[in-house]
Amino acid sequence: MSLLSSTTALLGKELRTEFRSRELLTTTVVFILMVIVLFSFTFDPTYNESRRFGPGLLWLAFLFAASLMLQPCFLREQNNDTLSALRLSVSDPFAIFLAKLVANTLFLLFTEVLMLPVFAILYNVPVLRVLPQLLLVFFLGSLGVSIAGTALSAISAQARMRELLLPLLLLPLLTPVLVASTQVTVGLLDASPYLEWKGVGFLVVFDVIFLTALWLFGEYLLEE
Amino acid sequence: MKKQVLAAAIVFLLVAAAAYGAFFVAPTERTMGPIQRIFYLHVSSAWTGLCAFFICFVANILYVFRRQPQWDWLSISAAEVGLVFTTVVLVSGPIWAHPVWGIWWTWDARLTSTFILWLLYMCFLLLRTLVEEPDRRALFSALFGIFAFLDVPLVFGSIRWWRTQHPQPVVMGGSGSGLDPTMWKVLFFSWFAMLALMALLLRARYAMEAARGELEMVRHEAEAV
Amino acid sequence: MTSPRFSPTGIRFENIEKRYGGLAALRRIRFEIAAGECVALAGRNGSGKTTLLRIAAGLVRPSSGELTFPSAAGASAGAAPVASKTKTVRAQATAGFVAHATMVYDELTAEENLLLFARLQQTPDAASRVDKLLDEVGLFDRRDSLVRTFSRGMRQRVAIARALLHEPSILLLDEPSTGLDPQGVAWLAATLRQLRDAGCTILMSLHGESEISMLATRAIRLDAGLIVADTRAGAEVRSILTFADA
Repeated sequence: MSLLSSTTALLGKELRTEFRSRELLTTTVVFILMVIVLFSFTFDPTYNESRRFGPGLLWLAFLFAASLMLQPCFLREQNNDTLSALRLSVSDPFAIFLAKLVANTLFLLFTEVLMLPVFAILYNVPVLRVLPQLLLVFFLGSLGVSIAGTALSAISAQARMRELLLPLLLLPLLTPVLVASTQVTVGLLDASPYLEWKGVGFLVVFDVIFLTALWLFGEYLLEE
Repeated sequence: MKKQVLAAAIVFLLVAAAAYGAFFVAPTERTMGPIQRIFYLHVSSAWTGLCAFFICFVANILYVFRRQPQWDWLSISAAEVGLVFTTVVLVSGPIWAHPVWGIWWTWDARLTSTFILWLLYMCFLLLRTLVEEPDRRALFSALFGIFAFLDVPLVFGSIRWWRTQHPQPVVMGGSGSGLDPTMWKVLFFSWFAMLALMALLLRARYAMEAARGELEMVRHEAEAV
Repeated sequence: MTSPRFSPTGIRFENIEKRYGGLAALRRIRFEIAAGECVALAGRNGSGKTTLLRIAAGLVRPSSGELTFPSAAGASAGAAPVASKTKTVRAQATAGFVAHATMVYDELTAEENLLLFARLQQTPDAASRVDKLLDEVGLFDRRDSLVRTFSRGMRQRVAIARALLHEPSILLLDEPSTGLDPQGVAWLAATLRQLRDAGCTILMSLHGESEISMLATRAIRLDAGLIVADTRAGAEVRSILTFADA
């Protein structure tokens, strides 16, 4: 299947590029860390409040970090006009988006998983017992963020004020992801943890709808 | 010109009739008193705003596939008109909420979702100012408009679900809950009047945009000679 | 360079227009390039050369008009348009494009770049094709170096290799000699000569005369988006290219 092979080839390129410079990952990790620490200064976490505020602040930190991390996504391709080379070579332009959004999801997941122990320590919340479920909601939420973010970064790369434009467009659009992910995380970090299936369902629906929209309209995002 | 004056007059009459209905025909609500009458404006504006955004959505899709400037003109006009009605919703909400609950803003599900909706379409307008080249501006705003409208049900759904977890005072007490039949009639008439107003505003705004677009096209042709 | 087998293909522009908002980049462009012809496109900066080439490459949609690639077998009337206002069928199956930008990744090696594009284009036997091309452009020894470390001339060679991966029967070049030293220009001219002689159709935009411009058998001059000259007569071809380019 040519879509699969194109996507794999491009995904390899994305990962290889990132692992050579590691600039995206390191800056994102440090940023999230900083935001989480700053939040804990602003909202002094006692045991009970941290359960209430913690998940929301965590996801806010992820969202802010993502809206910055996703900017270079298509901006990088303007270097040497490599985007044109991709458009000329690839038979299905959706492969370009698919590869980038998978890469972005992996990068986000990586930073989130790295941040989890820090968050658990600073906010004194038990995460180990719900680790698989947490990873599930991290994955679904990050996927949603990446799908929307990759699509919109194709737009912001060609607009003015692009540093501000991507977060501006992304944050209202991602409200459902923020709400659903936070609620599921709240449930998981509760004294008697539970997995909020409705929230998981929401995230899946969001991901499916936006992935389909990207599939239908992606090639137009790449037009010159 | 005459047709437009006539149309405007009809719309004015409709709105006036709706207002009359809201103030004099509809029975007074039992618990909240006369201030509740703003409900007819609030809810009909909300529905009308959504209709305008739907028109914007359709125009966006048509632009992406046909690339005719008329769809772009319709898209921006519908988005702006929708934003006007959404603003009315956001303003009438607190006006109602304050005498009843004593607070200006409750994080009621519908009001919160409407706020996000307002933000989304504000971003739509902002995006347009930040892309300079007209064809690309039209294409990108159409694509963002499509994503934004697809998000609308998700926003409303997720926030309502969130609010069932943490109930707050519900502005306008669920419009489905025990409305007197006369109230329903007044509500639907108000909506009809609002739709007429929307059509009028849309037409005027579209005409403005079309004039601007056609001026540009004439300018091209003059250059080409 | 081993001579590839091309299925000769021409290019037909039919009333191509391109407007960017208030600016008409191309107007009433109407001409045909025969299969195997080598055409030089001349004109000042901003005359529309780049736009024309990018439309031919399938990167830009024309505002109106149609582009077709008639095969030498003469199926001109029936050929489906490659590009029109409402769609772009990717020309990559037929045309190779070399732009002013290198269109390769600085952070990958020469070999990685070519392998990536070969895989995307589903070139059969990608690895050996890439090796062969690297050898032909003289970069086999540097195949494991990051493109970032290459000189301008070397990057241009990678760009050309990328464009030739799928053995295109049309080659589009946008000011390919910019930034090249005399050796680079000589190498490029020799490469293009071989391709031309093997039957590849070439459309290239140029500034002024050079070894490369000597290869052209036809010159077209653009001015403010319009064709103002189109000739195959040798002397005039020279004069179009040397005409003062502001």
